Amino acid sequence: MSILVIAEHDNVSLKGSTLNTVTAANSLSGDVTVLIAGTNVDAVVSEAQSLDGVAKILKCDSETYANSIAEDLSSLILSNCDGYTHILAPATTFGKNLMPRIAAKLDSQQVSDIISVESDDTFKRPIYAGSCIATVKSNDSVKVITVRSTAFDPVNKGNSGIEVLDISDQGSSGICKFVGEELAQSDRPELTAANIIISGGRGMQSGDNFHLLDSIADKLGAAVGASRAAVDAGFVPNDYQVGQTGKIVAPDLYIAVGISGAIQHLAGMKDSKVIVAINKDEDAPIFQVSDYGLVADLFSALPELDSAL
Amino acid sequence: MKILVPIKRVVDYNVKVRPLSDNSNVDLNNVKMAVNPFCEIALEEAVRLKEAGKASEVIAVSVGKSESQEQLRTALALGADRAILIETDSLLEPLAIAKVLQKLVDDEKPDLIILGKQAIDGDNNQTGQMLGALLDYPQATNASEIELEDSSVKVTREIDGGLQTLELTIPAIITTDLRLNEPRYASLPNIMKAKKKELNVIPANDMGVDINSRTELLSVELPPSREAGVMVENIDELVDKLKNEAKVIQ
Repeated sequence: MSILVIAEHDNVSLKGSTLNTVTAANSLSGDVTVLIAGTNVDAVVSEAQSLDGVAKILKCDSETYANSIAEDLSSLILSNCDGYTHILAPATTFGKNLMPRIAAKLDSQQVSDIISVESDDTFKRPIYAGSCIATVKSNDSVKVITVRSTAFDPVNKGNSGIEVLDISDQGSSGICKFVGEELAQSDRPELTAANIIISGGRGMQSGDNFHLLDSIADKLGAAVGASRAAVDAGFVPNDYQVGQTGKIVAPDLYIAVGISGAIQHLAGMKDSKVIVAINKDEDAPIFQVSDYGLVADLFSALPELDSAL
Repeated sequence: MKILVPIKRVVDYNVKVRPLSDNSNVDLNNVKMAVNPFCEIALEEAVRLKEAGKASEVIAVSVGKSESQEQLRTALALGADRAILIETDSLLEPLAIAKVLQKLVDDEKPDLIILGKQAIDGDNNQTGQMLGALLDYPQATNASEIELEDSSVKVTREIDGGLQTLELTIPAIITTDLRLNEPRYASLPNIMKAKKKELNVIPANDMGVDINSRTELLSVELPPSREAGVMVENIDELVDKLKNEAKVIQ
């Protein structure tokens, strides 16, 4: 058995999701290799050299992979994956975009978004927006897997000086060009990495009202999230969205404000340790999963919460 | 320009599914079915491109049971020109669906293939990317904006942390995110007209591709349940409980 983990990074540091993915890889039997492709990735490589359980690092430093274009990155991985029995990446937009291209070329049916490793060929994964958990056995000779990062702890960084092997640039396919990107700027923790999240829903009524969450978030060191209804109504940008079709989070504390608790939202947050719901509708489904519920108008409750902290 | 839109018949998104009593699969008996919401968005985008004079024909295709004809009729009522059902009684995995679609692309030669980013039943998020790989076409997943030119298409994608714009050479594959558009409703006259539109049925076994399952579903269970907790009277009580009982804030 031999396992390859595709690292997600921003050319500066490893994304947290990569650390969770290495933990999933370590629970399989076999040596773990981490592949890092990008531009000026020395800092990323030296960070990866400290990851526990990793035997080897494959590195490709090239402009070709600066923006993780799936067409280009998949051909690099395909030309360097001979002999590996498992190929893993985080189930983030990065991994979801990339991995099925690799799986199809290897003629392997990918197993998406695993939440546990039962054995080297058997995994658990949520289906139907997390309403059910499926146990799936893969019979393909190469298992291509994406890992739900909230289901695995980040790997420790106690190792040092893991061997690094350079691999060669495969060049660009030329069929997909990077034009640009617009990243949301925030001083707050990233949603998927935050210990505390406060989210607003349709009940917030407008984007301006989200500032009521901001100062509470600052006091708690929390990230701000939103339901799909709030995103669709244009209150906040779409990368705030927590749910089946947005981000999957599992913080210590999740505070849902003005969120009814549709299946699609619960799929994204119901593994949080403690859930608090503030809603004026006492029949809102969110109260069926919340540890602490408060029936109140959020426009009076939020300023009160702010001053109580 | 010809656009192919694969659509999937799935459980209606409002239905909360449960496992069968023997945990062998999910219980889909007498459950309301519908077009997968992401597929509706894909179809809407294709129809809008046609209405804007940028596409000449929109073909809806589904791979699945005979009942999927209902969803294809819906697609025809929403503006698809014709439909194709690749019929099979077994539930195909994304890789098999991608292989079947690859065959169809070889025959139909569409310029653009627009799919939903994921189906809300399997939650796999694989088919579009797999089809892209099999055809060696470029892909833009999670699209929230599409600008079509003569030989290329510029797509804004939703990524973790913001937006990314890519330019793909045509023919290309796009998968849709929720914010791409707001799908229309089918009007009664259009539903009537859809009954006369062409719907071809091809048995999947005639496609000459390996559609056997690669994975085995060993069991389906309910996730660990969460019990409803306590209701608090006011903010002070809430903050007190978070500090002293749950100990999640200082």
